[in-house]
Amino acid sequence: MFLLRPRLRAACRALSFPILALAALTTAGAGARAEEVVNVYSYREPGLIDPILKAFTEKTGIKVNVVFSRDGLIERVTAEGKNSPADVILVNESGLLFKAKDAGVTQPFQSKVIDEALEPKFRDPEHHWFAITQRARVVYASKDRVKQDSITYEELADPKWKGKICIRSGQHTYNIALIASIIAHDGEEKAEAWLTGLRDNLARKPAGGDREGVRDVQAGLCDLAVGNTYYMAAMLKNPEQKAWADAVKILFPNAADRGTHVNVSGAALAAHAPNKDNAIKLFEFFLSQQAQEIYAENSGEYPVIAGASASALVKSWGDLKADQLSTADLAKLRKKASELVDKVRFDAGPNS
Amino acid sequence: MSAPPPVSASPRSPGVIDSFKRFFAERRGTQLAATPGWSLAISLVLAIVVLPIAAVLYIAATPASNDWPHLLQSVLPHALQQTLLLAAGTGLLTLVIGTGTAWLVTMYRFPGRALLDRLLVLPLAIPTYIVAYCYAELLDYAGPVQSALRATFGWTSPRDYWFPGIRSLGGGILVMSAVLYPYVYLAARASFIQQSVCALEVARTLGRSPLGTFRAVALPLSRPALVAGVALVLMESLSDLGAVQHLGIETLSAAIYSTWLQRSNLGGAAQIATVMLGLIVVLLAVERFARGGAKVHHTTGRYRAIPFQDIDGWRGYVAALCCSLPFIAGFVVPFALLLRFALGHAGVAIEGGYLRATWNSFFLATLAAAATVTLALLISYGPRVARNTISRLGARIAGFGYALPGTVLAIGVLIPLAALDNSIDALARSLFGVSTGLIISGSVVALVYAYVIRFLAVAVGGIEAGLERISPNLDAAARTLGESAGSALWRIHLPLLVPALGAAALLVFVDALKELPATLLLRPFNFETLATHVYAFAALEQIESGALGALTIVLTGLVPLIVLHHAIASGRAGGSGS
Repeated sequence: MFLLRPRLRAACRALSFPILALAALTTAGAGARAEEVVNVYSYREPGLIDPILKAFTEKTGIKVNVVFSRDGLIERVTAEGKNSPADVILVNESGLLFKAKDAGVTQPFQSKVIDEALEPKFRDPEHHWFAITQRARVVYASKDRVKQDSITYEELADPKWKGKICIRSGQHTYNIALIASIIAHDGEEKAEAWLTGLRDNLARKPAGGDREGVRDVQAGLCDLAVGNTYYMAAMLKNPEQKAWADAVKILFPNAADRGTHVNVSGAALAAHAPNKDNAIKLFEFFLSQQAQEIYAENSGEYPVIAGASASALVKSWGDLKADQLSTADLAKLRKKASELVDKVRFDAGPNS
Repeated sequence: MSAPPPVSASPRSPGVIDSFKRFFAERRGTQLAATPGWSLAISLVLAIVVLPIAAVLYIAATPASNDWPHLLQSVLPHALQQTLLLAAGTGLLTLVIGTGTAWLVTMYRFPGRALLDRLLVLPLAIPTYIVAYCYAELLDYAGPVQSALRATFGWTSPRDYWFPGIRSLGGGILVMSAVLYPYVYLAARASFIQQSVCALEVARTLGRSPLGTFRAVALPLSRPALVAGVALVLMESLSDLGAVQHLGIETLSAAIYSTWLQRSNLGGAAQIATVMLGLIVVLLAVERFARGGAKVHHTTGRYRAIPFQDIDGWRGYVAALCCSLPFIAGFVVPFALLLRFALGHAGVAIEGGYLRATWNSFFLATLAAAATVTLALLISYGPRVARNTISRLGARIAGFGYALPGTVLAIGVLIPLAALDNSIDALARSLFGVSTGLIISGSVVALVYAYVIRFLAVAVGGIEAGLERISPNLDAAARTLGESAGSALWRIHLPLLVPALGAAALLVFVDALKELPATLLLRPFNFETLATHVYAFAALEQIESGALGALTIVLTGLVPLIVLHHAIASGRAGGSGS
């Protein structure tokens, strides 16, 4: 730029005036300079995080700006580069924490509060991200038709369940993480045989959401449905879905051996966060007793800090013994898991 | 002919050169010199349009890893088959429904004709994924239909009876056809209504039956319009993700998403998207080849009122029923279900920022319609003033945005915009030491840009058809009398094109109102449209609470659709229309 001739520079200056004005206008739209803000790119549904973000603003006066999208936010931060307004990348699933870090859109941060509150398995060894909540992927079983009170994931491939299991798409991120955990524990070959067996036991094509699985158990289409724990809490709150929830009991798979597969939601600090201090304040708030309990009460998830306990409702389902597999190991096997789903044509459903 | 013969004309192959010359002579008709300003403007517009597509191709050229062994072995054969079947099935069914109902409504008089004529366009107002959701809700094992059957016949388990699964390829074809047939209906209706009755009467006089007349005269005359309508249907069925995912159909779109999200290979995903674009190119080329370059022109300017044929008695009611079924399937059923949900959950929705979202949607869709139609007009007019390969190719590429899954296109939009923003920022820093940050990315402008790229195909199709009907002789006359290319467009074409432009704007408005994936990803902070508002509930598997929003999308879309219909139905007597 220093090579530009004076006249050209003047022209550039004149031209860029309206651009600067526009820039000033757009920043003004996002809030006056004096106002403290933190900008969140969220893969988590707004309905689940709003109560906590509101509590944060009430407590600190820091305004939280949110963009929610199911896909593509990491790509958005990547494209925006060093001018990205993002401070916090909030995810609903551990794989995305690794993806964000691999994409180079996160940065390390130091927080004593976080280090003291969390066990090492809940945070990145290089301090780029940490977990906020955890949930288990469990089996919802018909109260009427299923007598047993325990189960293993491996058992889902047993022919005795033929035509009796409902599940969402194998390519859904929750199922990919579960399949990755099976590969980690049983090896690829056994995992493939398991996935094939599970496919043949399905009552219908894998589709829809986790709640629809429970609905189908209630309707009698299947006896077992695979789903995340927090959907139980959500269904009980919904007058039309309470009957579905009442028809099932929760079985925690592999409670007697390695433990039930869990996944975490979490947050990472964006690489070029313009409001880094506020982001860390938000992080520390996520791990406060108050926020953890809002999460536990509102969304029926399990807290990750030692001090907070799950809600009474969540506790009533039984004790969670969590699979100790590290999120890093899980993340590494996701690609393999996704390929297996394609390979056994899982999503084509039974009789394929 | 002002073009000098090519200097390099080889004496050994005069035949080839001759045929080229003849080809261009025919294509050019009266050639008009383009001003350099026009060429520049058109190149600029095309660059704007092509940039996001180019970005997707660039991503495809730089994959994270090579997934092709896996894709070829386990994914593509099946996904390609499912995609082609879905597209072919939907294309065929919409062609039959759209053309059949348009012919009945245009040529015959039967009970309820005038009303049905208006109602048949309405399914366009409902987003496909919502219709898919409604039908899954109704026809699933746990839904009211099967539950009622079980209660009536005393069945207790799925093994007691057979019921066609809605979550299947067949279900997908039916659902998509029910929503998308209006594209063909609108095109066919506009085309039929503009045919001179004389041509049809000649056929009848020469002894053709009514059906024979339809096949031998009306259908070939309308072929370009029908192809344009079906092409939109095909592209939409290829790019759809929401509906196919909900119905569990493993199409290329689904493969794009698992490659990108679960196998972390955006490049691989973009490669599949490129394969999809290839499919579209082949489809359109095959159609062009099949038509053999034939063009249809109306040789008579004599128009008079269409002599409706009466269909009496029970036959009339059968005709009415035939025209009602698509409307009921594509509109009444999902609308009723949404209404039921909305009545029960309006409180939650209004709390959820519904009013603000309604305003945002309306505002964005209006901007998108204006911008898209302006660009589409320049692109369609381009080949008229600057007959070169770039302007013709540009018009074809302009349509690609409609065939790409929304999120993939959104990333294609994001990359050039962010790059532009960052260079402006770098420039401002070096000149003034001030950072401008991101100006366009993450603003409403980015959203409008994405809508333009996505829905250009919808607008270009209609406007091109409108322009084609304006004789190049008018251009020549205007230019001879000293008008420039620009003022000819302004004073001659624009007034003649008003109905076509209006129709294109309304279609884009309705489509922009429904758009979800690109809106979700590109929007500014704390910004909701009706579509994202509905999705926020759908993502929580509580679509009932979003029903009021969904209903508003439908109702907001209804007004333009009825206006659109009016423009077409009155588009007779040498006038235009879509």
